[in-house]
Amino acid sequence: MSTFTAILISGIALGAIYFLVASGLSLIYGLMDILNFAHGAFLTIGAYAGLELSLHLADGGGLIGFLAVLLVAAVAGAAVAAAAEVLLIRPLYGRPVSQILITIGLDLVVVGFLLGVFGSDSRQIVVPIWLTRATHVGSLSIPNGDFAGLAAGALVYAGLGLFLKHTRFGLVIRAGAENREMVQALGIDVSKAFTFVFGLGGAAAGVAGLLYAVVFSGSLVGPTQGDQLLIFAFIVVVIGGLGSIRGSAIAGIVVGLVQVVSQFYLGSKSGWAEAGDISVVILLALVLSLRPGGLAGAKQG
Amino acid sequence: MAGTSSNQAAEAGAVEALEALTVEGLSLSIAGSRILDGVSFTVPKGGVTALIGRNGAGKTTTLRSIIGLEHATGSIRITGVEVAEWPTYRRIRLGIGYVPEDRDVFGHLTVKENLQLAEVGPNARYDRVYEIFPELAQRSLQLAGTLSGGQQQMLAIARVLLTERAVLLIDEPSKGLSPRFVGDLVEALEKVRGGATVILVEQNIHVVKRLAGELVILDQGRVAHTGPVEDLDDPELVRRLLGVSTGS
Repeated sequence: MSTFTAILISGIALGAIYFLVASGLSLIYGLMDILNFAHGAFLTIGAYAGLELSLHLADGGGLIGFLAVLLVAAVAGAAVAAAAEVLLIRPLYGRPVSQILITIGLDLVVVGFLLGVFGSDSRQIVVPIWLTRATHVGSLSIPNGDFAGLAAGALVYAGLGLFLKHTRFGLVIRAGAENREMVQALGIDVSKAFTFVFGLGGAAAGVAGLLYAVVFSGSLVGPTQGDQLLIFAFIVVVIGGLGSIRGSAIAGIVVGLVQVVSQFYLGSKSGWAEAGDISVVILLALVLSLRPGGLAGAKQG
Repeated sequence: MAGTSSNQAAEAGAVEALEALTVEGLSLSIAGSRILDGVSFTVPKGGVTALIGRNGAGKTTTLRSIIGLEHATGSIRITGVEVAEWPTYRRIRLGIGYVPEDRDVFGHLTVKENLQLAEVGPNARYDRVYEIFPELAQRSLQLAGTLSGGQQQMLAIARVLLTERAVLLIDEPSKGLSPRFVGDLVEALEKVRGGATVILVEQNIHVVKRLAGELVILDQGRVAHTGPVEDLDDPELVRRLLGVSTGS
C-alpha cells in the first residue's frame, strides 16, 4: 500500500512538471494558434543555464542556491523564448505554417549548438544533498525532489490563474485567445502580449527542464532532453484541450500518473522498458476517440 | 462634401484638418475578385455619414480597410494623418472607435471585463456609458456570451464610448435586432452623435434617415453617389442603387 502511495505521488510530481511545459504551449497556442516546436529548446537552455550556475555553488548552495539555480533557468528560458518571438515569429505574423516550420528549425539549431559546444554526454547538475534524499511520512518514504516538482507545479498554476484573472495583461491574453482581431480593433498592441506569453512559457519550460533532470533523471541533463519531454507535453496539451490551462493541469497529472503507475506495475516487473510511454499513447488515443476536443475542449477543430 | 462644413472648420482653427476621414483610391481584391475598386470619399468633422449600398457592395470591407483589418491599397487619412502603413492598434489610437457587424463582444469575459479591455487611454467614463445603457450596469458581472443580441450590441457600442474617440465606425447596429431594440438603439445613437463623427453602415433606411446627415452610396466596390440624406427621397435613386438588382 505504501509503495502504491509513493508511486502515486511520484506520478503527480511528474504530471506537475509536464504541466509546467504544457502550460506555455497551451497559452501560446490559445493566443497565437502556433504549435511551438521550439519549446523543448527553451526547456533545455533553461536547464543548461541553471546547470552552469550550480557548478559554481559548493554543495548546490543550499536552499537559496537551488532557488537561484531555478531562477536562472527561468530567466534563460524566458529570454530565449522572448527573443525567438521578436526575431523569428514576428516577421511571420499571418503565416502560421511558416511560424511552425521556423520553430522546428530553431529547435534543430539549438540542439545542434548544444551538441557542438558541450558534446552529447549528459552533464551533472550540482544540487543540495537534501534534495536527493527522502522524507519519511509515517511508513511512506517520499523523495524530496517530488515535493519540489509538486510545489513548482502548484505555484505556477496558482500564479498563472491569478495573473490571467486579475491583471490587464491577463485580460488581454484571455480576450486575444477568443478574438485577436477585435483586441487590436480596440487599440491594443497585441504583439506585446505575443512576446509576453512566449517569455512566460519559456520561463516555465526552463524551470521544468531543470526540475525534470533533478527529480527524474539523476540530475543529468543532455542536449535532447527538451525534445523528449516536449513529446509528452504535446500529448498533455492535446488531451487537456488546446488552449486550456486547467485542462493542461488535469491532463498533466493524469498522464504523469498513467506513465509512472504503468511503468512500475507493467514495466519494472516484466522488464518492458517502454510500458509507461506506450500506456500514455494508448490514453491519448482513448481520450481523442471519446472527446476529440480534449478534456476541456476550449478550442476545437 | 467637405465644403459644407467650412464654417465649423473656420471656428476650429485653420491649422486643424477640415475632415475627420478621407479615403482615396481604396482597392482590394480577394481570391481574384475585386471587392473594392478605387473607393474615395471624405467625411467632414461632426455629424453622421451613412455608408450604404446593396449586400456585397463593399461597405463592411471599407470600414475594415480603414482600420487595417483588411490590407487594401490606397490612401487613408484620419484627422489629416496618413495611416495606410500603420498597424490597426495605432490607427485606433488616433481616436477611432469600431463597432463590428457581428458585435464581437468577448463571450467568455464579463460585461465589466469587456469594458475594461476597451479602456485604452485615460479618463474612462463609466458613468456616461452606464447612463446611456443602464442595463449594462446591472449586468456588469454577467458573461457577455450570455447576453441577448440587443444587449451585446449595447456593449459593443459602450466599448467605444468609454474613452474619447473622435471618429466612430459603426457597422449595421440594427442587424438581427427586434424592432423594440432598434428603437432603443436609435435613441442611444442619437445621444452619441453630438460628440463624435459617426460613419454608419446600415441597411435599415428608416434608421439612416433618422440619424444621418450625409450619404455615401457604394455599388460593386465603387462610390456611386454622395450627397445629403434627403437624396433618399428620390425613388429613382433608391431603386437604382439600393433596390433589388434585376440584372444579375
